[in-house]
Amino acid sequence: MEPTTKIHIENLNVYAGKQQILKNINIEIPKNKITVILGPSGCGKTTLLKCMNRLTDLYPELKVTGKVMINDKNVLEAGEDIVKLRQYMGLLSQRPYPLPMTIYNNIAFGLKLKGVKKRRNLHKQVVRYLQQANLWDEVKNRLREPASRLSIGQQQRLCLARGLAVNPEIILADEPTSALDPISSQYIEEKFVELKNDYTIVLVTHVLRQARRIADFVVFMYLGEVIEQGTVEEVFGNPKMEKTKQYLGGTFN
Amino acid sequence: MYLLNRIQRHRVNYTWMIVSLLLVASLPFLLFLGLYLKSFLLIHDYHLGDLLFSKVWKPGSGKFGFYPFIVGSIWVTLLAMLISAPICLLTAIYVTQYTRKRFLRIMHPAIDILAGIPSVVYGVWGILVIVPFISRFVGPLFGVQTLGYSILAAALVLSVMVIPFILNILIEVFRTIPVELKEASLSLGATQWQTVKSVLVKKALPGIIAAYGFGLARAFGETMAVLMVVGNVVKLPKSVFDPGYTLPALIANNYGEMLSIPKYESALMFAALILLAVSLFFNLVMHFFIDRYNKFSA
Repeated sequence: MEPTTKIHIENLNVYAGKQQILKNINIEIPKNKITVILGPSGCGKTTLLKCMNRLTDLYPELKVTGKVMINDKNVLEAGEDIVKLRQYMGLLSQRPYPLPMTIYNNIAFGLKLKGVKKRRNLHKQVVRYLQQANLWDEVKNRLREPASRLSIGQQQRLCLARGLAVNPEIILADEPTSALDPISSQYIEEKFVELKNDYTIVLVTHVLRQARRIADFVVFMYLGEVIEQGTVEEVFGNPKMEKTKQYLGGTFN
Repeated sequence: MYLLNRIQRHRVNYTWMIVSLLLVASLPFLLFLGLYLKSFLLIHDYHLGDLLFSKVWKPGSGKFGFYPFIVGSIWVTLLAMLISAPICLLTAIYVTQYTRKRFLRIMHPAIDILAGIPSVVYGVWGILVIVPFISRFVGPLFGVQTLGYSILAAALVLSVMVIPFILNILIEVFRTIPVELKEASLSLGATQWQTVKSVLVKKALPGIIAAYGFGLARAFGETMAVLMVVGNVVKLPKSVFDPGYTLPALIANNYGEMLSIPKYESALMFAALILLAVSLFFNLVMHFFIDRYNKFSA
């Protein structure tokens, strides 16, 4: 069965002044799959991810053209609606950045933005999402402590729970395991495989083994261009382009 | 070749570093000690409570009540902070969060120029602009007759003077907040204002307190500009339109004159001691809040 497309990117170009960071990107990101965006540092992976929830707004020097269609809406032309649109997408960044508040409020923040007001309801949901990120047992007695006191691995799980709490349909992850120890990394990977039943996951990474372990689809990028895209079997098993072969074979230069 | 071998050079330089450190570290204590000894004559003969809370200032007849000066200083300082604090916070947030980086590059020199203007120039500006403005417009607006030389005039001049100091620190504080934190908040569906209010200001709070603390200490000690516009009348001010007198102005106006009056010099040294003690107090309170914040929130 052909998977349905969740995110449809068409002719996406990003310029920073005279420099072009992303060149004519066309990607289809399938629903309920893990799509890995692979490529060497500086190839535009993170910028591509930020175009999807328009965090590019934070960098006024960037000029973005093209289309990023999510649920038939062009994110790039969303105007004020972008605040709501961003809630379709949870974000997990390279290092965890817990909000400067308690563990409890880190989760409750997004819930309140979604309009959850009643205390009991709020508490129930905070517990649920902390459980979903397998953090509940470790923090249930310290919910009122500042989130910064958790370990890095715990913080990253807190950020995952925080992202899930706004009930997104898509998870955007930007090298989410690069600052973590092997056990925490493995944990996040396993979680992603579990979560793809309910979410569409876009994972940026430069770790080949990670891509091979959990990807369904792979997009290989180099110098702002998409070189190759396809299922993990196609791209890893039988790469068509010379650049992809070199990168996967470790003879890249 | 060197006179000493490298191990010996290491020892010599190491010693010098320690000496410099000790010198710097002991300066505040030496200052305190010096002022204490100089004001000892006064402290010895009077009750500390009387000195601090008596309203009568008649050095000629041996009456030294510092209360009007303390109150004057506090009014001027707090009012100045009340005016400049929100302006600085909003400006810092705007230039760091809402504008392009280029704008900040233009702002910085402007702020630095403001910081570099000598305080006597601010004083002149106060006399020429602020004082008449208050006596002609602000006073009548509130139905008050005033000469313009007042607590309010001093506070206005002072608030302009401390803005560049507080603003520079605040801008630095907001610039050091990682952009990823902002991204995290926005990606949860917060608007930019919600992000600023609930995340960035919270994250910056220790820095904001520190910035205000520095501003407060500076405002409290500012002498020249204040003494030029505050009126220098030894009287408890009843409103911000009344003239007043501040501790630094007391010292600057009188030191060197009338030292033939017994204990007068001691009294002025005591005023300096109060100033130092209050600055120290501000500093401690500031650190207390920052520590507390770092321990219990964030």
